[in-house]
Amino acid sequence: MTSVLTETLMNRLSSTPVTAEGAGDDRPGPGNALPLLNEIQHALTRFVETGERTVIDLTSIPFAPADQQRLLEALGRGEVEATINALGPTRVWETAFPGVWLVDHRNTESARLILQVEVTDVPDILKAQPEDVADGMAALQERIAVLAQETGA
Amino acid sequence: MAQPKTLGDSLRERGVSRRGFLKFCAATTSMMALPPTMVPTVAAALAKARRPSVIWLSFQECTGCTESLTRSFSPTVEDLIFDVISLDYHHTLQAASGEAAEKARSEAIRTNYGNYLVVVDGSLPGPDANPGFSTSAGVPNLQILNETVAGAKAVVCVGTCAAFGGLPAAAPNPTGAIPVHEVVKDKPLINISGCPPVPMVITGVLAQFLTFGKPPDLDQYNRPLAFFGQSIHDRCYRRPFYDKGLFAESFDDEGARKGWCLYRLGCKGPMTYNACATMKWNGGTSWPVEAGHGCLGCAEPSFWDAGSFYKALSVPTVPVGRTLAAAGAAGAAIGAAAAALARHRQRLASTEREPVRVEELEQKQ
Repeated sequence: MTSVLTETLMNRLSSTPVTAEGAGDDRPGPGNALPLLNEIQHALTRFVETGERTVIDLTSIPFAPADQQRLLEALGRGEVEATINALGPTRVWETAFPGVWLVDHRNTESARLILQVEVTDVPDILKAQPEDVADGMAALQERIAVLAQETGA
Repeated sequence: MAQPKTLGDSLRERGVSRRGFLKFCAATTSMMALPPTMVPTVAAALAKARRPSVIWLSFQECTGCTESLTRSFSPTVEDLIFDVISLDYHHTLQAASGEAAEKARSEAIRTNYGNYLVVVDGSLPGPDANPGFSTSAGVPNLQILNETVAGAKAVVCVGTCAAFGGLPAAAPNPTGAIPVHEVVKDKPLINISGCPPVPMVITGVLAQFLTFGKPPDLDQYNRPLAFFGQSIHDRCYRRPFYDKGLFAESFDDEGARKGWCLYRLGCKGPMTYNACATMKWNGGTSWPVEAGHGCLGCAEPSFWDAGSFYKALSVPTVPVGRTLAAAGAAGAAIGAAAAALARHRQRLASTEREPVRVEELEQKQ
């Protein structure tokens, strides 16, 4: 019952038009979203032509309140999404434009540490790291030994 | 004394994976205002870095700077204190008190002589002032500073009081307060001004020391260029309104509601150099201009004595209209001229020690 009511309320809320002050006609263009989209386009061209990858730190760009949201909406969502749990959650997703990724690092309290655009085939943070693979090999060996002992093989 | 563990080792021992470490490095690189291409260099340096001993001295201050530091979120303050630095002495944060506390300071000085960092917040009564105006454990601030700095590798002044004298030094300066750089002449000295400074800038500078083992590039006031290299005005998201000549004229008019430039309401953005516009406050939530109030200029020398917070820096001598501002560069030129004028006015105000009157604060522009 409650959930139906909440749902109806939420629907009504989301259909109520809200006009944000400052988003009117006097706004001087789309702030920093457009220049960044252009930068991403150039980075993508470089990646296709030379294989050079680019990382843009969005946390260091001065954004107006709705500006960053506008950029993220323009980039959209693509086919891949992943979550990494290391020192808090990190969400990685491919945008609607293949080769353009967003990497959202958060701390253990889910507060954003850094938000990056990566123009590459696979963001580095997704790849298994040699040090972790070495640790994993040792752990696997141990697991096999324990299992072998238990089953008497 | 055994060599302290490297940061790489201590994180690994806590079960942090290499991925986690790379994430930590990406956040730290961003915090130091370095480009993402520096992440591998930072990672290599941080893996080998050893925690520096830090002695934090609090003099004539309000604890706002410590409040700011403990609200830095990247890395969390726990990470910062226990992994990145070894905070051996801090009045407010340490558990020990009385003689045990003072012993911690002298011991940190002895064991790490020549290698520890001294962080100072607050100004101190100068050599000609009554030393009794500010003491801890009965010892005057000046004596503590001289004793502690003698074996320091570098001194970091946190906050406008330590950097420039700040509020205690405001006219008529009853305690004869002076900034740290008037006492410390023979050590590398970094000023992180702001009232309080942006928390990420404090941790960023400490991380810079840890990573590269040397102070960053500094401006004419010994402030790190990475954070204080550009004016608030030049990095402000409201700057395009300034260039178009769109100003809020009062705090409740149409312009204020539409988020126009706050220049005419006394914003000190054009003469203030700080990182607020990009790093923002409260975990990146907002910052004064985004909240609708002009910048007070708290990171600049004598900001308290530089006239009313609500008085416009100077009226542009060239009409800034929609037509003119279309030229773009014209806006930038006016901005630069306004900044130069403002600095001049500020110097004048600071020599004349013109007090700020309540009527001025209440007066509408």
